[in-house]
Amino acid sequence: MLRAFTAIPYAWLVVLFLVPFAIVAKISLSDYAISIPPYTPTLDLAAGWEGVRAFFSELDFENFVFLTEDELYWKAYLSSLQIAILSTFLTLCVGFPIAYGMARAPEEWRPALMMLVILPFWTSFLIRVYAWIGILANEGFLNQFLMWIGVISEPLQMLNTNTAVYIGIVYTYLPFMILPVYASLERMDPSLLEAAEDLGCSRMSAFWHVTWPLARPGVIAGCFLVFIPAVGEFVIPSLLGGSGTLMIGKVLWEEFFNNRDWPVASAVAIILLLILIVPIVLFQRHEAKEREAGR
Amino acid sequence: MVDDKAFHPWDDPTATPLIRIEHISKRFGDFTAIDDISLGIYPKEFFALLGPSGCGKTTLMRMLAGFETPSEGRITIDGADMAGVPPNKRAVNMMFQSYALFPHLSVWDNIAFGLKRDRLDKDRVAARVDEMLKLTQLGKLARRKPHQLSGGQRQRVALARAMAKAPKLLLLDEPLGALDKKLRQETQFELMDIQEKTGTTFVIVTHDQEEAMTVASRVAVMNHGELIQVDTPGRIYEAPSSIYVADFIGDVNLIEGRVGAVGELAELNWAEGRSLKGQAGPSLEPGQAATLAIRPEKIAISREEPEAGNRVKGRIVDIGYLGNLSTYHVKLDEGPMIKCEVGNRSRLARRDFTWEDEVWLSWTDTAGLVLSS
Repeated sequence: MLRAFTAIPYAWLVVLFLVPFAIVAKISLSDYAISIPPYTPTLDLAAGWEGVRAFFSELDFENFVFLTEDELYWKAYLSSLQIAILSTFLTLCVGFPIAYGMARAPEEWRPALMMLVILPFWTSFLIRVYAWIGILANEGFLNQFLMWIGVISEPLQMLNTNTAVYIGIVYTYLPFMILPVYASLERMDPSLLEAAEDLGCSRMSAFWHVTWPLARPGVIAGCFLVFIPAVGEFVIPSLLGGSGTLMIGKVLWEEFFNNRDWPVASAVAIILLLILIVPIVLFQRHEAKEREAGR
Repeated sequence: MVDDKAFHPWDDPTATPLIRIEHISKRFGDFTAIDDISLGIYPKEFFALLGPSGCGKTTLMRMLAGFETPSEGRITIDGADMAGVPPNKRAVNMMFQSYALFPHLSVWDNIAFGLKRDRLDKDRVAARVDEMLKLTQLGKLARRKPHQLSGGQRQRVALARAMAKAPKLLLLDEPLGALDKKLRQETQFELMDIQEKTGTTFVIVTHDQEEAMTVASRVAVMNHGELIQVDTPGRIYEAPSSIYVADFIGDVNLIEGRVGAVGELAELNWAEGRSLKGQAGPSLEPGQAATLAIRPEKIAISREEPEAGNRVKGRIVDIGYLGNLSTYHVKLDEGPMIKCEVGNRSRLARRDFTWEDEVWLSWTDTAGLVLSS
């Protein structure tokens, strides 16, 4: 009985992760065709063993070769990585002080502050990104405000730029940075800072020698939680970014729905997955090490 | 423990205290945590601040460390005024109640932490850390992280870390509170040993009167932000200046009455036509309400009426057998309940008294103390 229950997570992973992955991998090795579904070959089990052999003989890597030939793809990968790295860094810069402030706040305030961080999740992600269009557009709130206080006389072009994409990513993923950092800071015994001061640290050096190393596990977890989805982000660049914003998620979407070239789109997805596996493995090794350290 | 005969700078008018606390008060809003305390602590002293929780002892210690600033008054350490001097600029180190060991650093690095902040060169840091490891017998654990240590080992790391910078003054905030009783007693003697070896002035905060009595050269009993009595453990126990101190330190029987004749000894009229005698406490006036304080171990118990100066008659209500001694709760004919402790020198089977026995309790004229109520 218990065994049946412990099998559920494995079944879940197989059905909802491994099988879809195998399907996508298979499509990435297929050829484009004007048909339904839009690729060949398809497995013909009626033909028996011969059918299976014919099916496998038609699979090849030419879509992957194609990806290396057109510079659009590797530029999109690089640009995605760059945007993800920079926005992860920005999220850390914004999120760390917030988490620090929350952890130092009076204990009775903390649940309310935590609520404020989580609250945006109660609204649809899509609506929140759309709301930013209203803020950043040429006639948007931000431009109107800046013109009203007289900082600028002409509206600034903010929407449809990379800046808007950074703002969108930082805004959307901020809770994923704040929560793990807060968790590690909140666990810290405040008398550690007093001990550091007592032993000759200034406030500043106490932060670098005690607070920062103790917050590091939370910072690393937060960075991975922001970086990994940001690399493959599609909604934010397509709504807030412009024609110059090159991100692999957008390219992937266009391959699937504009070009209807499923095999190339699948190859793009497979490569993206391989790129992301590196940080995911690093993240998991880090987590395992943390657990081993017993903290 | 410091030998009373050899070490009593507080009785020497030419000795200068290391720490002078002059008319210190500390208020948090409406609450007065420390109320006009003045105190001198001498070099090489092992000084205990003793009191119930919330009595201000921790606040006083935190002011010495620099974590709190006094609302009024002045603290000088070795002649230097400490006003405005932050904790990291004071030659004072503290051992925290929670130990506050840095969880991301090994034992070695924890001890080296303060030394590295002084930018000492590597060899000197290493030499000093090794010295501390030896002093606290932690040599084999130098590479461990704090979470791999037992409570007693952590306590020693905290002590080594606080001692590493060779402070003029070491503050210990309930240093043994987290240890079990047996380990606590062992550690008390270790602490005294280390204090004696290094000659550092120690100030310990504790709510455990036994601990304060064991380790300290002098004990300051505090309550509600005030110093009630500052004296050697012996005098705190034998000559408490108030009922509060007598009651707080150890077990005591309190018998209420009115003061009769006062001299070297004072007479206490406590029941119709009956009086008891004890040493006179400070400022006693004939006729005022007063209390006789008598320690349970100073009372003798017997079946026949004894010769002693003070004697009362009662009935045994309860017997507590503690192994090394027995406690008898005796209800006096006049009403009060008196506790009396007798060492069990003979075997259990030969014990003389049992429940409901009529007995006499007695003590000498100098055994008790008459204190104004």
